[in-house]
Amino acid sequence: MTPGGNAMNTPHATASALRFTGIGKQFPGVRALSGITFEVRPGQVHALMGENGAGKSTLLKILGGAYTPSDGELRLGEQVLSFKSAADSIASGIAVIHQELHLVPDMSVAENLLLGHLPNRFGIVDRRALHRRARALLKGLAEEIDPSMRLGELSLGQRQLVEIAKALSRDARVIAFDEPTSSLSTREIDRLMGIIGRLRDEGRVVLYVSHRMEEIFRICDAVTVFKDGRFVCTFDDMSQLSHDQLVTSMVGRDIEDIYDYRERPQGEVALNVQGLLGPGLAKPASFNVRHGEVLGFFGLVGAGRTELLRLLSGLANHQAGQVSLDGQPLKLHSPRDAIDAGILLCPEDRKKEGIVPQASVAENINIGARPAHARFGCLLRRLWERNNAEKQIRALNVKTPSADQAILYLSGGNQQKAILGRWLSLPMKVLLLDEPTRGIDIGAKSEIYQIIHRLAADGVAVIVVSSDLMEVIGISDRIVVMCEGAITGEVPRAHAEESRLLQLALP
Amino acid sequence: MATLPHNKRLAIGGHSLNLRRFLDDWAMLLVAVLVFAGSALLIDNFLSPLNMRGLGLAISTVGIAACTMLFCLASGHFDLSVGSVIACAGVIAAVVMRDTSSVALGVAAALAMGLLVGLINGIVIAKLRINALITTLATMQIVRGLAYIFSNGKAVGVAQEGFFVFGNGQLWGVPVPIVITVLCFAFFGWLLNYTTYGRNTMAIGGNQEAARLAGVRVDRTKIVIFAVHGVVGALAGVVLASRMTSGQPMVGQGFELTVISACVLGGVSLAGGIGMMRHVIAGVLILAIIENAMNLKNIDTFYQYVIRGTILLLAVIIDRLKQR
Repeated sequence: MTPGGNAMNTPHATASALRFTGIGKQFPGVRALSGITFEVRPGQVHALMGENGAGKSTLLKILGGAYTPSDGELRLGEQVLSFKSAADSIASGIAVIHQELHLVPDMSVAENLLLGHLPNRFGIVDRRALHRRARALLKGLAEEIDPSMRLGELSLGQRQLVEIAKALSRDARVIAFDEPTSSLSTREIDRLMGIIGRLRDEGRVVLYVSHRMEEIFRICDAVTVFKDGRFVCTFDDMSQLSHDQLVTSMVGRDIEDIYDYRERPQGEVALNVQGLLGPGLAKPASFNVRHGEVLGFFGLVGAGRTELLRLLSGLANHQAGQVSLDGQPLKLHSPRDAIDAGILLCPEDRKKEGIVPQASVAENINIGARPAHARFGCLLRRLWERNNAEKQIRALNVKTPSADQAILYLSGGNQQKAILGRWLSLPMKVLLLDEPTRGIDIGAKSEIYQIIHRLAADGVAVIVVSSDLMEVIGISDRIVVMCEGAITGEVPRAHAEESRLLQLALP
Repeated sequence: MATLPHNKRLAIGGHSLNLRRFLDDWAMLLVAVLVFAGSALLIDNFLSPLNMRGLGLAISTVGIAACTMLFCLASGHFDLSVGSVIACAGVIAAVVMRDTSSVALGVAAALAMGLLVGLINGIVIAKLRINALITTLATMQIVRGLAYIFSNGKAVGVAQEGFFVFGNGQLWGVPVPIVITVLCFAFFGWLLNYTTYGRNTMAIGGNQEAARLAGVRVDRTKIVIFAVHGVVGALAGVVLASRMTSGQPMVGQGFELTVISACVLGGVSLAGGIGMMRHVIAGVLILAIIENAMNLKNIDTFYQYVIRGTILLLAVIIDRLKQR
């Protein structure tokens, strides 16, 4: 061991448990957490599981000092922790490794690692000491990374290792991972698992939030399940726990049939795409979708599905190929063109591209169909506006205290329904749904599936992009699979098996 | 029913939010009324017809320009060139009237200049995606320079009696500039709330990408916002020139910041997506009343700067604390 070097091997004399007692968090209008009580022992990897919106992220934010709990107590060993800021949490020896890493891409790896306490003499940074210390921190973690590289040049997996090294440099006693593997390659995941195992063996408290069952069973020693902001149970003995048991405890009921698929008659070809090429597509894409059909698009993140939808909705311009609707060739130069043609999109990133956050629910619903119902196309009809908003809120069961509530206070599922409601008062021929159920709870999910079926039954051609394999299989009449910017296969519902779809989706 | 408590909670949360929203909407107008009442009680002559008239006229230039600055701010941008446009509009009106003796041509030329500057601002910002700060900082200097060039650096006097209607005329006993200001408040307030153009402006400021995806023609709307602001800025310049009976190239220095301060003071968000005409009216009133009161109290101009800046700083700090 080089002296002053490897943080990985610092033994922990003061290994102590992390205890949550009655932790609750109240937001305006929403209770995110209530009465969370459980304990995480040192030398354990403890998983937090639950549906999206179950409250795992809120708990991690409390742990990281970003939120102050409304009630309850957090203890590390005998010490009561009460944070006013993220800095307090860090000072108490807690490190939360978030999905969006808190690093500066334009600075060097070394600078990122030692940001806040750069070695310096009278304020002038001592580069040599900086790089020496950075190398020491990376030792045993990611020795191939050159500390002088710009952080932005590293792969996502490497950046995560830099974040871990940073946590270890502060000698964190508690390390919490928030979905660390969501954008890592298989090799990077293996490496991360190895490192997490070592952190555990050193007697640190490790919290692990993930949706991936195989990871949970691979490295975790205990699992705590949340649902709707409440503690459900903790499983201590992983060898006694089955996959199904875990899923059932998360969902709170059997997941059997939330998809509620029914046969529907299908009409003529609605949208016909021939040889479409554009940004994000590696090969010309050709497919069609019929009136009354639900066409699933499956693939890994970055397979080009979102980019394809952007071409179809006029957000991006295609370089080659032809899109026709009901036999008529289309020119799609802007979202307005697509909307006028009856092609309507619910985007993937609700926050960034879907909602206008401070505007009311009514405003968010009316913005899409408004021009078609305004006098001379520009003077609002107040009565129509109010009726339309109320109608969509009722039809889609959007849970909101009033139509005037700012939409940002609604849950993800209700925001999604409101965005769907935006299009329901317009003539709709093709509906493009990009990850329509990401980040929303199971109740809202099943409502959205029902809306999809209802629209298809009315003759709308529905395209659903989803990375959730069960969902794609559950709701689609036919599934197109994409991989690395190209369509790799088309599978009818009867032959849609998980293994086959995955095979087509993997590079 | 398992869902009942959930709904109840939401309703309670919603109620407190509505109260908050009510305060957000009306608090600053209430402050404006209080400031007015306080000045009326504490300062002699404040309520005198002469002072009221002066106060109204002081509001007019800022008020007219603030109406369309509201649209710029609501869409997430701002316009620094408006002070220069005011000066240049006055100069152009005066020069054209001197050369053609036609009031109509003079006013039309001034408004056309405003339209042109606004179009350039809008196209550069919307189509070329260049930051509004840089764009309007550049046009601010260009237009100020043109004002000096057209006027040879000197005030250009106006001889046409007809032109003085805009600044010194009266309608039902009310000075015309005040009438124009009130009409602008009403018209642009209506435009913001009752037309697709107004609602689209708010949506662009709230979330530009979401607005684009919802079918709003974002670029076109932005160009219109700046073009209208240019014309209205020029209108304010014409009114001012008419009051001064001359086109002066040096007026309106720092005026853009006064207009933006007034809007922000009233509660319009600099980040876009939040703003109402009553915010603007409140901000314009508060600034004008305080300035008027300070003048009546003979407070030195130097101190007035410090006081105005302090008020603005306090207003934004209070706004930030309210959001916590």
